Amino acid sequence: MCRAVDLQRAVLAKNEAAAQILRTELSARGTTVVNLLSSPGSGKTALLERELRLAGERGVSAAALTADLATENDARRLARSGAPVKQVLTDGLCHLEADMVARHLHDWLPESTRLLFVENVGNLVCPAGYDLGESLRVVLASVTEGEDKPLKYPTAFGLAQLVIVTKTDMAEAAEFDEAAFRAHVQQVNPGVEIVLSSVRDGRGAGALLDRALAVAEGNRVHTPVMARAGA
Amino acid sequence: MHEMSLAVAVVDQVETVARSRGAVGVSSIELEVGELAGVVADALAFCFELACAGTVVEGAELITRTVPGTARCARCAEVWAVGMPPLLLCPGCGAAADELVSGRELRIREVRWADPESGEARRTDAEVPREHRQPITEES
Repeated sequence: MCRAVDLQRAVLAKNEAAAQILRTELSARGTTVVNLLSSPGSGKTALLERELRLAGERGVSAAALTADLATENDARRLARSGAPVKQVLTDGLCHLEADMVARHLHDWLPESTRLLFVENVGNLVCPAGYDLGESLRVVLASVTEGEDKPLKYPTAFGLAQLVIVTKTDMAEAAEFDEAAFRAHVQQVNPGVEIVLSSVRDGRGAGALLDRALAVAEGNRVHTPVMARAGA
Repeated sequence: MHEMSLAVAVVDQVETVARSRGAVGVSSIELEVGELAGVVADALAFCFELACAGTVVEGAELITRTVPGTARCARCAEVWAVGMPPLLLCPGCGAAADELVSGRELRIREVRWADPESGEARRTDAEVPREHRQPITEES
Protein backbone atom coordinates (compact mmCIF):
# COMPACT_ATOMS: atom_id res chain seq x y z
CA MET A 1 0.00 0.00 0.00
CA CYS A 2 1.27 3.42 -0.90
CA ARG A 3 0.76 6.37 1.39
CA ALA A 4 0.57 9.96 0.31
CA VAL A 5 0.74 13.15 2.36
CA ASP A 6 -0.80 16.27 0.95
CA LEU A 7 1.97 18.46 2.35
CA GLN A 8 1.32 21.89 0.80
CA ARG A 9 4.43 23.26 2.43
CA ALA A 10 6.61 26.08 1.18
CA VAL A 11 10.13 24.89 0.35
CA LEU A 12 11.51 28.04 1.96
CA ALA A 13 9.25 27.82 5.03
CA LYS A 14 12.27 27.56 7.34
CA ASN A 15 13.86 30.71 5.94
CA GLU A 16 10.57 32.58 6.01
CA ALA A 17 10.03 31.65 9.67
CA ALA A 18 13.60 32.69 10.57
CA ALA A 19 13.14 35.99 8.70
CA GLN A 20 9.90 36.72 10.52
CA ILE A 21 11.51 36.06 13.91
CA LEU A 22 14.43 38.33 13.03
CA ARG A 23 12.11 41.11 11.84
CA THR A 24 10.05 40.89 15.03
CA GLU A 25 13.10 40.81 17.33
CA LEU A 26 14.87 43.67 15.60
CA SER A 27 11.83 45.91 15.33
CA ALA A 28 11.15 45.33 19.04
CA ARG A 29 14.55 46.92 19.78
CA GLY A 30 14.01 49.67 17.22
CA THR A 31 16.17 48.37 14.36
CA THR A 32 14.89 48.40 10.76
CA VAL A 33 16.59 46.20 8.17
CA VAL A 34 17.16 47.31 4.57
CA ASN A 35 18.11 44.58 2.06
CA LEU A 36 20.12 45.81 -0.95
CA LEU A 37 20.18 43.69 -4.11
CA SER A 38 21.94 44.24 -7.42
CA SER A 39 24.25 42.70 -9.99
CA PRO A 40 27.96 42.72 -9.16
CA GLY A 41 29.39 46.16 -9.86
CA SER A 42 26.15 48.17 -9.79
CA GLY A 43 27.46 50.35 -7.01
CA LYS A 44 25.90 49.00 -3.82
CA THR A 45 29.03 49.63 -1.78
CA ALA A 46 29.62 53.13 -3.16
CA LEU A 47 26.01 54.09 -2.48
CA LEU A 48 26.14 52.64 1.03
CA GLU A 49 29.41 54.43 1.78
CA ARG A 50 27.72 57.74 0.98
CA GLU A 51 24.49 57.00 2.85
CA LEU A 52 26.32 55.72 5.95
CA ARG A 53 28.45 58.85 6.01
CA LEU A 54 25.32 61.00 5.76
CA ALA A 55 23.68 58.97 8.53
CA GLY A 56 26.68 59.75 10.73
CA GLU A 57 26.45 63.46 9.93
CA ARG A 58 22.75 63.48 10.78
CA GLY A 59 23.22 61.54 14.00
CA VAL A 60 21.29 58.47 12.77
CA SER A 61 22.82 55.27 14.10
CA ALA A 62 23.25 53.01 11.10
CA ALA A 63 25.26 49.82 10.59
CA ALA A 64 26.02 47.60 7.63
CA LEU A 65 26.44 43.91 7.00
CA THR A 66 28.11 43.26 3.67
CA ALA A 67 28.21 39.89 1.95
CA ASP A 68 30.65 38.58 -0.61
CA LEU A 69 31.92 35.20 -1.71
CA ALA A 70 35.44 36.27 -0.81
CA THR A 71 37.56 39.26 0.40
CA GLU A 72 36.84 41.81 3.10
CA ASN A 73 37.36 44.73 0.72
CA ASP A 74 33.79 46.02 0.98
CA ALA A 75 33.81 46.02 4.77
CA ARG A 76 37.03 48.07 4.72
CA ARG A 77 35.47 50.56 2.30
CA LEU A 78 32.26 50.89 4.30
CA ALA A 79 34.12 51.22 7.61
CA ARG A 80 35.57 54.53 6.36
CA SER A 81 32.13 56.03 6.99
CA GLY A 82 32.64 55.43 10.71
CA ALA A 83 29.58 53.18 10.97
CA PRO A 84 29.80 49.70 12.52
CA VAL A 85 30.40 47.29 9.63
CA LYS A 86 30.71 43.54 9.42
CA GLN A 87 31.74 41.39 6.48
CA VAL A 88 29.92 38.12 5.80
CA LEU A 89 31.92 35.66 3.72
CA THR A 90 29.55 33.20 2.11
CA ASP A 91 32.31 30.80 0.95
CA GLY A 92 30.83 30.52 -2.50
CA LEU A 93 27.15 30.67 -1.60
CA CYS A 94 25.33 32.97 -4.03
CA HIS A 95 22.88 34.55 -1.59
CA LEU A 96 22.28 35.33 2.06
CA GLU A 97 19.71 33.50 4.16
CA ALA A 98 17.92 34.80 7.24
CA ASP A 99 19.70 32.52 9.71
CA MET A 100 23.10 33.62 8.35
CA VAL A 101 22.15 37.24 8.99
CA ALA A 102 20.91 36.39 12.49
CA ARG A 103 24.15 34.57 13.30
CA HIS A 104 26.28 37.52 12.25
CA LEU A 105 24.22 40.03 14.21
CA HIS A 106 24.61 38.10 17.42
CA ASP A 107 27.25 39.76 19.65
CA TRP A 108 27.95 42.45 17.06
CA LEU A 109 25.02 44.74 16.27
CA PRO A 110 25.01 47.71 18.66
CA GLU A 111 21.75 47.88 20.64
CA SER A 112 21.07 51.43 19.57
CA THR A 113 21.17 50.69 15.81
CA ARG A 114 18.29 52.39 14.04
CA LEU A 115 19.03 51.19 10.51
CA LEU A 116 20.81 48.03 9.47
CA PHE A 117 21.76 47.92 5.80
CA VAL A 118 22.41 44.43 4.44
CA GLU A 119 24.43 44.47 1.24
CA ASN A 120 23.50 41.15 -0.36
CA VAL A 121 25.79 39.10 -2.58
CA GLY A 122 25.98 40.72 -6.03
CA ASN A 123 23.42 38.60 -7.87
CA LEU A 124 19.91 39.31 -9.15
CA VAL A 125 18.65 35.73 -9.25
CA CYS A 126 19.13 33.83 -6.02
CA PRO A 127 18.87 36.58 -3.36
CA ALA A 128 15.42 37.51 -4.69
CA GLY A 129 13.87 34.41 -3.13
CA TYR A 130 15.21 34.95 0.39
CA ASP A 131 13.54 37.18 2.95
CA LEU A 132 16.22 38.42 5.37
CA GLY A 133 13.84 39.98 7.85
CA GLU A 134 14.00 43.31 6.03
CA SER A 135 11.32 45.99 6.11
CA LEU A 136 12.60 47.61 2.93
CA ARG A 137 13.95 45.80 -0.09
CA VAL A 138 15.95 47.92 -2.51
CA VAL A 139 17.15 46.89 -5.97
CA LEU A 140 19.89 48.85 -7.73
CA ALA A 141 20.74 49.01 -11.41
CA SER A 142 23.46 51.16 -12.95
CA VAL A 143 22.96 53.03 -16.20
CA THR A 144 25.56 50.86 -17.93
CA GLU A 145 23.55 47.66 -17.42
CA GLY A 146 20.87 48.27 -20.02
CA GLU A 147 17.27 49.41 -19.84
CA ASP A 148 15.92 45.86 -20.05
CA LYS A 149 17.49 44.66 -16.78
CA PRO A 150 14.07 44.67 -15.01
CA LEU A 151 12.69 42.35 -17.72
CA LYS A 152 15.68 40.03 -17.55
CA TYR A 153 15.43 39.72 -13.75
CA PRO A 154 11.70 40.19 -13.19
CA THR A 155 11.53 38.52 -9.77
CA ALA A 156 14.26 40.69 -8.27
CA PHE A 157 12.79 43.93 -9.69
CA GLY A 158 9.22 42.70 -9.18
CA LEU A 159 9.72 42.34 -5.43
CA ALA A 160 11.58 45.64 -4.90
CA GLN A 161 10.05 48.27 -2.67
CA LEU A 162 12.43 50.90 -4.00
CA VAL A 163 14.52 50.95 -7.19
CA ILE A 164 17.70 53.05 -7.38
CA VAL A 165 19.38 53.84 -10.69
CA THR A 166 23.07 54.38 -10.00
CA LYS A 167 25.95 56.07 -11.88
CA THR A 168 23.58 58.52 -13.58
CA ASP A 169 26.56 60.83 -14.23
CA MET A 170 27.44 58.29 -16.94
CA ALA A 171 23.92 58.08 -18.39
CA GLU A 172 24.69 60.08 -21.49
CA ALA A 173 27.86 58.18 -22.33
CA ALA A 174 26.04 54.88 -21.79
CA GLU A 175 23.07 56.14 -23.87
CA PHE A 176 20.79 55.13 -21.01
CA ASP A 177 17.13 55.38 -22.03
CA GLU A 178 15.49 56.40 -18.77
CA ALA A 179 11.94 56.29 -20.14
CA ALA A 180 12.40 52.71 -21.37
CA PHE A 181 13.91 51.67 -18.02
CA ARG A 182 10.96 53.21 -16.17
CA ALA A 183 8.47 51.46 -18.45
CA HIS A 184 10.18 48.11 -17.87
CA VAL A 185 10.16 48.58 -14.10
CA GLN A 186 6.50 49.59 -14.29
CA GLN A 187 5.67 46.42 -16.25
CA VAL A 188 6.99 44.08 -13.56
CA ASN A 189 6.39 46.27 -10.50
CA PRO A 190 3.72 48.92 -11.10
CA GLY A 191 3.91 51.88 -8.73
CA VAL A 192 7.37 51.29 -7.26
CA GLU A 193 9.43 54.45 -6.71
CA ILE A 194 12.56 54.94 -8.84
CA VAL A 195 15.34 57.16 -7.47
CA LEU A 196 18.19 58.46 -9.65
CA SER A 197 21.58 58.51 -7.99
CA SER A 198 25.22 59.28 -8.61
CA VAL A 199 27.86 59.26 -5.92
CA ARG A 200 30.11 61.26 -8.23
CA ASP A 201 27.90 64.30 -8.69
CA GLY A 202 25.85 63.88 -5.52
CA ARG A 203 22.53 63.21 -7.23
CA GLY A 204 20.05 61.48 -4.95
CA ALA A 205 22.26 61.90 -1.88
CA GLY A 206 20.35 60.90 1.23
CA ALA A 207 17.41 59.42 -0.70
CA LEU A 208 18.05 55.89 0.51
CA LEU A 209 18.58 57.12 4.06
CA ASP A 210 15.34 59.15 3.94
CA ARG A 211 13.30 56.21 2.60
CA ALA A 212 14.78 53.85 5.20
CA LEU A 213 14.02 56.31 8.01
CA ALA A 214 10.45 56.73 6.75
CA VAL A 215 9.98 52.96 6.98
CA ALA A 216 11.58 52.95 10.45
CA GLU A 217 9.07 55.59 11.50
CA GLY A 218 6.24 53.32 10.43
CA ASN A 219 5.31 54.99 7.14
CA ARG A 220 3.59 52.79 4.62
CA VAL A 221 5.91 51.07 2.21
CA HIS A 222 5.15 50.02 -1.37
CA THR A 223 3.73 46.50 -1.67
CA PRO A 224 4.70 45.06 -5.06
CA VAL A 225 2.04 43.18 -7.07
CA MET A 226 4.32 40.14 -6.97
CA ALA A 227 4.28 40.21 -3.19
CA ARG A 228 0.48 40.36 -3.22
CA ALA A 229 0.46 36.77 -4.26
CA GLY A 230 -2.48 34.47 -4.09
CA ALA A 231 0.09 31.70 -4.44
CA MET B 1 22.68 28.95 -8.30
CA HIS B 2 20.57 28.54 -5.18
CA GLU B 3 18.96 25.27 -6.32
CA MET B 4 21.26 23.31 -3.99
CA SER B 5 19.89 25.25 -0.99
CA LEU B 6 16.37 24.57 -2.22
CA ALA B 7 17.07 20.86 -2.78
CA VAL B 8 18.45 20.56 0.76
CA ALA B 9 15.36 22.36 2.10
CA VAL B 10 13.08 19.93 0.22
CA VAL B 11 14.98 16.87 1.46
CA ASP B 12 15.02 18.15 5.07
CA GLN B 13 11.28 18.76 5.12
CA VAL B 14 10.37 15.50 3.44
CA GLU B 15 12.74 13.54 5.67
CA THR B 16 11.14 15.03 8.78
CA VAL B 17 7.65 14.16 7.61
CA ALA B 18 8.60 10.69 6.40
CA ARG B 19 10.43 9.78 9.60
CA SER B 20 7.63 11.08 11.81
CA ARG B 21 5.28 8.70 10.01
CA GLY B 22 7.59 5.73 10.14
CA ALA B 23 8.41 5.59 6.43
CA VAL B 24 11.57 3.72 5.51
CA GLY B 25 11.78 5.20 2.01
CA VAL B 26 10.09 7.79 -0.19
CA SER B 27 8.85 6.91 -3.65
CA SER B 28 7.97 10.35 -4.99
CA ILE B 29 7.87 14.06 -4.17
CA GLU B 30 5.71 16.44 -6.11
CA LEU B 31 6.81 20.07 -6.27
CA GLU B 32 4.93 23.08 -7.58
CA VAL B 33 7.28 25.64 -9.06
CA GLY B 34 5.89 28.95 -10.27
CA GLU B 35 7.18 30.56 -13.46
CA LEU B 36 8.29 33.53 -11.37
CA ALA B 37 9.87 31.55 -8.54
CA GLY B 38 13.30 31.98 -10.14
CA VAL B 39 14.04 28.24 -10.09
CA VAL B 40 15.57 26.16 -12.88
CA ALA B 41 13.84 22.77 -12.77
CA ASP B 42 16.76 20.86 -14.33
CA ALA B 43 19.25 22.39 -11.90
CA LEU B 44 16.93 21.55 -9.00
CA ALA B 45 16.62 17.93 -10.19
CA PHE B 46 20.40 17.64 -10.43
CA CYS B 47 20.90 19.06 -6.94
CA PHE B 48 18.10 16.91 -5.55
CA GLU B 49 19.96 13.75 -6.51
CA LEU B 50 22.98 14.97 -4.54
CA ALA B 51 21.01 16.30 -1.58
CA CYS B 52 19.05 13.10 -0.96
CA ALA B 53 22.04 10.75 -1.05
CA GLY B 54 22.24 8.78 2.19
CA THR B 55 18.87 10.00 3.47
CA VAL B 56 15.50 8.27 3.67
CA VAL B 57 14.61 10.25 0.53
CA GLU B 58 17.32 8.65 -1.61
CA GLY B 59 15.92 7.16 -4.79
CA ALA B 60 12.69 9.16 -4.68
CA GLU B 61 11.30 10.51 -7.92
CA LEU B 62 11.12 14.29 -8.04
CA ILE B 63 8.08 15.44 -10.00
CA THR B 64 8.15 19.15 -10.81
CA ARG B 65 4.95 20.87 -11.94
CA THR B 66 5.37 24.32 -13.42
CA VAL B 67 2.68 26.81 -12.43
CA PRO B 68 2.07 29.57 -14.97
CA GLY B 69 2.01 33.16 -13.74
CA THR B 70 -1.44 34.77 -13.73
CA ALA B 71 -2.53 38.17 -12.44
CA ARG B 72 -5.89 39.73 -11.68
CA CYS B 73 -7.37 43.17 -12.19
CA ALA B 74 -10.23 43.81 -9.77
CA ARG B 75 -11.71 46.63 -11.83
CA CYS B 76 -11.96 44.62 -15.06
CA ALA B 77 -12.54 41.32 -13.24
CA GLU B 78 -9.92 39.96 -15.59
CA VAL B 79 -7.30 37.27 -14.99
CA TRP B 80 -4.49 37.02 -17.53
CA ALA B 81 -1.42 34.89 -18.17
CA VAL B 82 1.42 37.30 -17.35
CA GLY B 83 3.97 35.59 -19.62
CA MET B 84 7.74 35.94 -19.34
CA PRO B 85 8.89 38.61 -18.81
CA PRO B 86 5.70 39.18 -16.87
CA LEU B 87 3.20 41.92 -17.65
CA LEU B 88 1.67 43.05 -14.37
CA LEU B 89 -0.37 45.84 -15.93
CA CYS B 90 -3.95 44.97 -16.90
CA PRO B 91 -4.18 44.36 -20.66
CA GLY B 92 -7.73 45.75 -20.50
CA CYS B 93 -7.39 49.06 -18.62
CA GLY B 94 -3.61 49.44 -18.15
CA ALA B 95 -3.87 49.72 -14.36
CA ALA B 96 -1.60 47.80 -11.99
CA ALA B 97 -2.69 44.24 -11.28
CA ASP B 98 -4.31 43.82 -7.89
CA GLU B 99 -2.53 40.58 -7.24
CA LEU B 100 -0.41 37.88 -8.73
CA VAL B 101 -2.84 34.96 -8.57
CA SER B 102 -0.21 32.33 -9.30
CA GLY B 103 3.38 32.02 -10.42
CA ARG B 104 5.54 32.38 -7.29
CA GLU B 105 4.82 28.94 -5.86
CA LEU B 106 7.72 26.95 -4.50
CA ARG B 107 5.85 24.33 -2.63
CA ILE B 108 6.08 20.66 -1.72
CA ARG B 109 2.65 19.47 -2.73
CA GLU B 110 2.70 15.78 -2.06
CA VAL B 111 4.97 13.08 -0.73
CA ARG B 112 4.39 9.38 -1.40
CA TRP B 113 5.97 6.37 0.18
CA ALA B 114 5.39 2.67 0.51
CA ASP B 115 3.82 1.61 3.77
CA PRO B 116 6.44 -0.53 5.56
CA GLU B 117 3.76 -2.42 7.51
CA SER B 118 2.18 -3.76 4.36
CA GLY B 119 5.43 -5.52 3.45
CA GLU B 120 5.27 -4.02 0.01
CA ALA B 121 7.84 -1.32 0.56
CA ARG B 122 10.41 -2.88 -1.66
CA ARG B 123 8.05 -3.70 -4.47
CA THR B 124 6.50 -0.26 -4.55
CA ASP B 125 9.91 1.34 -4.58
CA ALA B 126 10.94 -0.84 -7.50
CA GLU B 127 7.82 0.20 -9.34
CA VAL B 128 8.93 3.80 -9.58
CA PRO B 129 9.30 4.18 -13.33
CA ARG B 130 12.89 5.16 -14.00
CA GLU B 131 11.99 6.86 -17.27
CA HIS B 132 9.95 9.45 -15.35
CA ARG B 133 12.91 10.67 -13.38
CA GLN B 134 14.20 14.14 -14.01
CA PRO B 135 17.16 14.30 -16.39
CA ILE B 136 20.54 15.26 -15.05
CA THR B 137 22.36 17.59 -17.37
CA GLU B 138 25.96 18.68 -17.31
CA GLU B 139 24.92 22.30 -17.86
CA SER B 140 23.08 22.40 -14.54
